[in-house]
Amino acid sequence: MNSTTTTTVASSATSHYRFKPWNVGRLIIWTLFAVMLIMAPMLFRSSLALTMLSQIGYLIIICLSYNILLGQGGMLSFGHAVYTGLGSFIAIHAMNMATKGSVHIPLVFIPLVGGLAGAFFAILLGFVTTKKSGTTFAMITLGIGELVASMALMFPEFFGGEGGITTDRVYGKAFFGISFGPAIQVYYLIAAYCFVCTAAMFAFTGTPLGRILNAVRDNPERVEFIGYNTQRVRYFAFIIAGFFAGIGGGLATINFEIITGADSLSVIRSGGYLLFTFLGGATFFFGPIIGAVLLVLASVLLSELSKAWLLYLGLVFLFMVMYAPGGIASLIMMNLRLAKYGKLRQLWSSYLALGGTALVGVMGAACMIEMTYHLQLNAALGPELTFLGATLNAAGFTSWFGAIFVMVTGFGLFELCRRQFLRQWSTIQEEIEHEIKRGEAL
Amino acid sequence: MAADNPTNTTYALELRDLRKSFGKTEIIRGVNLSVASGERVAIIGPNGAGKSTLFNLISGRFAPTSGDVILNGQRINGLAPYEINRKGLSRSFQITNIFPKLSVFENLRCGVLWSMGYKYTFLRFLSNLHDANERAKQLMEMIKLDKKRDTLAMNLTYAEQRALEIGITIAGGANVILLDEPTAGMSKTETTRFIHLIKEVTEGRTLLTVEHDMGVVFGLADKIAVVVYGEVIAYDTPDKVRANQRVQEAYLGSVVADEQGAGH
Repeated sequence: MNSTTTTTVASSATSHYRFKPWNVGRLIIWTLFAVMLIMAPMLFRSSLALTMLSQIGYLIIICLSYNILLGQGGMLSFGHAVYTGLGSFIAIHAMNMATKGSVHIPLVFIPLVGGLAGAFFAILLGFVTTKKSGTTFAMITLGIGELVASMALMFPEFFGGEGGITTDRVYGKAFFGISFGPAIQVYYLIAAYCFVCTAAMFAFTGTPLGRILNAVRDNPERVEFIGYNTQRVRYFAFIIAGFFAGIGGGLATINFEIITGADSLSVIRSGGYLLFTFLGGATFFFGPIIGAVLLVLASVLLSELSKAWLLYLGLVFLFMVMYAPGGIASLIMMNLRLAKYGKLRQLWSSYLALGGTALVGVMGAACMIEMTYHLQLNAALGPELTFLGATLNAAGFTSWFGAIFVMVTGFGLFELCRRQFLRQWSTIQEEIEHEIKRGEAL
Repeated sequence: MAADNPTNTTYALELRDLRKSFGKTEIIRGVNLSVASGERVAIIGPNGAGKSTLFNLISGRFAPTSGDVILNGQRINGLAPYEINRKGLSRSFQITNIFPKLSVFENLRCGVLWSMGYKYTFLRFLSNLHDANERAKQLMEMIKLDKKRDTLAMNLTYAEQRALEIGITIAGGANVILLDEPTAGMSKTETTRFIHLIKEVTEGRTLLTVEHDMGVVFGLADKIAVVVYGEVIAYDTPDKVRANQRVQEAYLGSVVADEQGAGH
């Protein structure tokens, strides 16, 4: 990302040291973000879409908070659901107490209660977790994740056992007609929190602690020798991540009005945050936002489309880890860099070829996966199934042969396109490097 | 950073009977060394003599088995590296040790932050910390990397990375600087330029350096400490060390002969 800005910054030598946090580009991006949050329910009007948008809203907060650990601090946590989940539980108890009238907390502040709870548990548990970094850190978070998840079953009074705890978000007097009963009102509450929290977490990346956290990620040993206690740096970052995770958890509570320990605190949930933050892209601030959108799309739409959706998800994750470890955000940034140097147009045809051939190959593979699933799960319904409009016979030779043929052809052509593309890609990169060098020499 | 009191005879750095064992093997075997404020001391010795271990003991990477490290009159042995750094001692590393994914400017600014009192703050923007930014900019000019401000450290040339390493080391304003083989792996011309740079940026500070290049040592140091087999066998001005019979026998003779043979 930085290398792309090198030349432009170097050319304006005098404005070097006066980097303004409020430049025009940023103002536009943040305005767009706000407009998108406001307009989204007007564009997608169905009630399913509204539920999904609400989920995306708080998952953006959660994935961004997770990325404070993963992307910015290099801490691979397997237990982020502990902080979102405990945030949810404290929030739901606060809501129920408010309903009874024993405390007076307006619903708009419930997410903050969740946030404070998240921060509190991060202070408590993070003290142990952040003592170590790297693999040990990951192991401890996994252990604590399991610990808290099993605790949830041991204390049904607090966690509601298997049935969970329910609440009603409509309590107190309606404020200017806003009761938070209708889902649209909840969406806008979530959207407002989403915007503020995203801005706050972005601001965090520009603070001394935020920067030293990057330094700790890159080279913890060196940080020790410039005056910083790396454990302390990790600990503080962990608390901040816990705070925002708790806010996300609180918003989830308001959205669903039910929380179960087996789901909200589970290590599987933590794994989901990890997976989608990574898919979105941990190396860029906005990556987890993409991840959150994908999480909802995958778990709501893809799961509707196919029973094998987790398998597909696993395959996508596998390929991303191997070929694009920077996630979707890095793919976007790479292409923006090309666009900046006016090279993107040369690649259109290649992208089209890559996409087309990949689609064919994936189709073939998907047919086989669907047929296998059909044989295993729906054998009673007979061997025939419809997949994307086509009728396949899972027991028939032709369907299998056809699927294999399509897959092999698709992937074969894809491989050819890929080789061609790699050559083209490296030439273009070289050209850009040349241009940068020339820019530096001027 | 305790201010040096001229009437007091405290040294900037003092090692008293410092010992370090790994298992049963004693690597540092009772080192005594006193470095006056503003002095430049080179530590030389054959490979495996314990020079780097000595640096690690002083900077807090390892705790000594026994003996004392005294920095500006305060005992610092057993303290964590960051505590020692805060008391005014900073070090560089033999293997380049920088923040590869941060830009040159960010590398230096990270080095500056603690000493300017910004600590763990997350309620202020870095871009508004004018003193820290100004200081980082000055450092960048001092190490002659101001044209590479936004280049990621991992994309610098080796010599530039070594310069950045020095920059980070001096960034916090420590008055005792430890440089572990600063010119290792550099060409002759680069080395000459680099020595000049080191002299410039450590002006007025106490400097300890481990060095193999005898040309560098005699050009840079006010005093030389010869470490052989975990002990300081000589500690004196360059001329006297060169003339020292024991040093000649133990170590220096062959090296100096090599250097002079190479037309140095």
